Amino acid sequence: MADAEEPEKKRRRIEDLTEKMAVESGHRDGGCYWEGRWNHVRKFLERPGPFTHPDFEPSTESLQFLLETCKILVIGAGGLGCELLKNLALSGFRLIHVVDMDTIDVSNLNRQFLFRPKDVGRPKAEVAADFINRRIPGCKVVPHFKKIQDFDESFYRQFHIIVCGLDSIVARRWINGMLISLLGYEDGVLDPSSIIPLIDGGTEGFKGNARVILPGMTACIDCTLELYPPQINFPMCTIASMPRLPEHCVEYARILQWPKEQPFGDTSLDGDNPEHIQWVFERSQERAAEFHITGITYRLTQGVVKRIIPAVASTNAVIAAACATEVFKIATSAYIPLNNYLVFNDVDGLYTYTFEAERKENCTACSQVPQDLQFPPSAKLQEVLEYLTENASLQMKSPAITTTLEGKNKTLYLQSVKSIEERTRPNLCKTLKELGLSDGQEIAVADVTTPQTVLFKINFTA
Amino acid sequence: MAATKDSKEQKYDRQLRLWGDHGQEALENAHVCLINATATGTEILKNLVLPGIGAFTIVDGHIVSGEDAGNNFFLSSDSIGKNRAQAATELLQELNSDVSGNFVEESPDKLLDNDPEFFHRFTIVIGVQLPESTCLRLGMVLWSASVPFLICKAYGLIGYMRLMVQEHTVIESHPDNALEDLRLDRPFDEFKSHIKSYNLSIMDKKDHSHTPWVIIVAKYLERWLSEHDGQPPKNYKEKEAFRQIIREGILKNENGGLEDEENFEEAIKNVNTALNPTKVPTSVEDLFNSEQCNNITAQSSSFWVMLRAVKEFVYNEGSGSLPVRGSIPDMIADSQKFINLQNVYREKAMQDAAAVSKHVESLLQSVGKPPESISEKDIKLFCKNSSFLRVVRCRSLAEEYSVDSINKDEITSRMDSPDSEMVFYLMLRAVDRFYQLHSRYPGFRKSLRISGAF
Repeated sequence: MADAEEPEKKRRRIEDLTEKMAVESGHRDGGCYWEGRWNHVRKFLERPGPFTHPDFEPSTESLQFLLETCKILVIGAGGLGCELLKNLALSGFRLIHVVDMDTIDVSNLNRQFLFRPKDVGRPKAEVAADFINRRIPGCKVVPHFKKIQDFDESFYRQFHIIVCGLDSIVARRWINGMLISLLGYEDGVLDPSSIIPLIDGGTEGFKGNARVILPGMTACIDCTLELYPPQINFPMCTIASMPRLPEHCVEYARILQWPKEQPFGDTSLDGDNPEHIQWVFERSQERAAEFHITGITYRLTQGVVKRIIPAVASTNAVIAAACATEVFKIATSAYIPLNNYLVFNDVDGLYTYTFEAERKENCTACSQVPQDLQFPPSAKLQEVLEYLTENASLQMKSPAITTTLEGKNKTLYLQSVKSIEERTRPNLCKTLKELGLSDGQEIAVADVTTPQTVLFKINFTA
Repeated sequence: MAATKDSKEQKYDRQLRLWGDHGQEALENAHVCLINATATGTEILKNLVLPGIGAFTIVDGHIVSGEDAGNNFFLSSDSIGKNRAQAATELLQELNSDVSGNFVEESPDKLLDNDPEFFHRFTIVIGVQLPESTCLRLGMVLWSASVPFLICKAYGLIGYMRLMVQEHTVIESHPDNALEDLRLDRPFDEFKSHIKSYNLSIMDKKDHSHTPWVIIVAKYLERWLSEHDGQPPKNYKEKEAFRQIIREGILKNENGGLEDEENFEEAIKNVNTALNPTKVPTSVEDLFNSEQCNNITAQSSSFWVMLRAVKEFVYNEGSGSLPVRGSIPDMIADSQKFINLQNVYREKAMQDAAAVSKHVESLLQSVGKPPESISEKDIKLFCKNSSFLRVVRCRSLAEEYSVDSINKDEITSRMDSPDSEMVFYLMLRAVDRFYQLHSRYPGFRKSLRISGAF
């Protein structure tokens, strides 16, 4: 500029430039900084206020911590995941990993806004990471096209906070169990540095919830398992011989006709294959006609086969916003986190409340207390199996039961490996006494709902 | 729209299961206006564009600042210096090619000065981070044009939403846990004859165990009424006795033990709700008593004409009850018994809808409109949903802000509770008032820009 420039203006311009340079080198951003970029976050972290955490001290270090050090894991890159990634990236988090085992489907596009029609078929984690990294300069989202079970403790240990947008209770219980297994105890006292906060969000139609879990300290997923009602399946006799609803006809085609007729060869029914659904749809229509049942549609057929849960953008936005806010509060210690469970429902008007979910004294996942079971010695192993799957606080899926007899490890029953299932199936009809179990015997149970085996003690009743 | 009906069905599948094809149609016929493409504003639009709103128009005279680009997903660093309405429209538009995105590079105050009728075309106007004076001016225009107005603000961790709508009618409210409409307390004739067709005492075991619980309760209720002077079980003691009588109806096996009759267990479990008297919900009664219902004119919307017709039905053919809904819950029964029972309700529902139709016709005629103006399909849908009808009314901004009609008692009584959110309402009003007086928000000082703190 010309020397005729006013001294005041010149001074200000130089000040601005030096400031910009200082900030740029301080953040090592290399062009990712522009003036005012983080003002919205700074207002939270660099000034005092009446709503901050009592221990909060304004400083510039918090923002630097978010930008340079804080590592967040986002589990799920779907409805909640896309929203979470957006919110975290805009809040200053840059070291983000995202795990998702799915690929993109057309039906995702009504809410999973990081995906476009051209992305259908590609891994969600990768497309999501790519979009965020482009739209939010400086953000480094690392994608993992994997199942959460593909990683072990060494992976999960590296994160400061983990936030979930999962669509399965089994998966939630698994990560819950994983974080509990990372906890360190010294002389029975929990080491706070081993706690990785878990923020969990879930949505279904117009309903959603968000919760803050501090493993080992607050209620965990398993502590409140009864909050999730068990999935209702139609009774077999209804499906097989007295259908009344269109859904019964669809289940008949899916469960009975498909395995029998194997219309596409020896393949299992794939809910994402339109040809498969069309076949089920047509068989369902035939059955419905036989029993004078109306109401079979393609949409209903697909909904039953895939157990589709309705979903919209807005609910995911609300719940992800609540979750991301909690991640921010915990990462910065600037505000008091949610304690500890939020419920949201806007089916009719708008309804929301929060409450403190309580820890369960004898929680199978986090209480470290060996679980006591009461059975008479004449009870069959089948009854123990049924208890493990049907009990509302356990809700195991396909438990594998082992025990120690005469110093040797013995598998009593295991479903997931065909040969072992066949070999151990006769044990189901044997009594506990016949199997050689004694009063107070410990059994170890493995299941998909937990990364570690759960120990139970069988106490004999009269 | 380039998308075929099929691909839209696929894309929107998850939301169609919530609001159905009607809901989707209404969404696609809507045109929303967003004033101010702030982070809050674009976030709202995102959730409308993704499900396929027909069109949106962003009104914003601001230029994108560095701050804007830092907290808004729908603005990039490239947008800095551009008009904010245009920049945000581009990035929102690319979310969904079915939607038509538009922008107006103008402040709402200017539009209110020069062309207030600009806002009349919208299904709803969303105003974000608007100063109080603009809100009030816009509120007046929209109220007199009967356009709903949604006002939103967000400051840090405090958010605010205020809906201003004169009258919004809802027919399909998709209630979560609706009570069934089984008419056990006042069985209509066809239901009565259907019940008569059953004789539990001479049925074989298979039929006995597969008789719908509704029939079982109906049968035992008939007996009870004849033995109790026409009075149904009223209190807990009587209902328990009633359940016990039903339990005694369970077949016994050779050893004297009870057979496994799940349908009887269902009947016992459902006694409480089954004995609920059939009545018009108070919310619907209130609608019947409203001015719009009682004063049908040529300008009355089809909602009010149909509601009036239902009211006429209730006072005549319905003998005090709404048209039969026609749906029944699933229950243990063999297919034929269930379908036959379901058909009894379905046919009655059709009959009732036809009677309501006649009332609709004569109402339309009385105001000089052709009977086809309201379709049979719409009337059937209305009847099916008659228990769940809703009308939302919110007062105008003028009333909220006027010293004469301010909700003084409500506000002061809430202030007595230390945890009340009323504090925030007053604080936000104070923030707005501060802005009106000082043309800046509290805590914002331009000089901070140079000192480096910001």
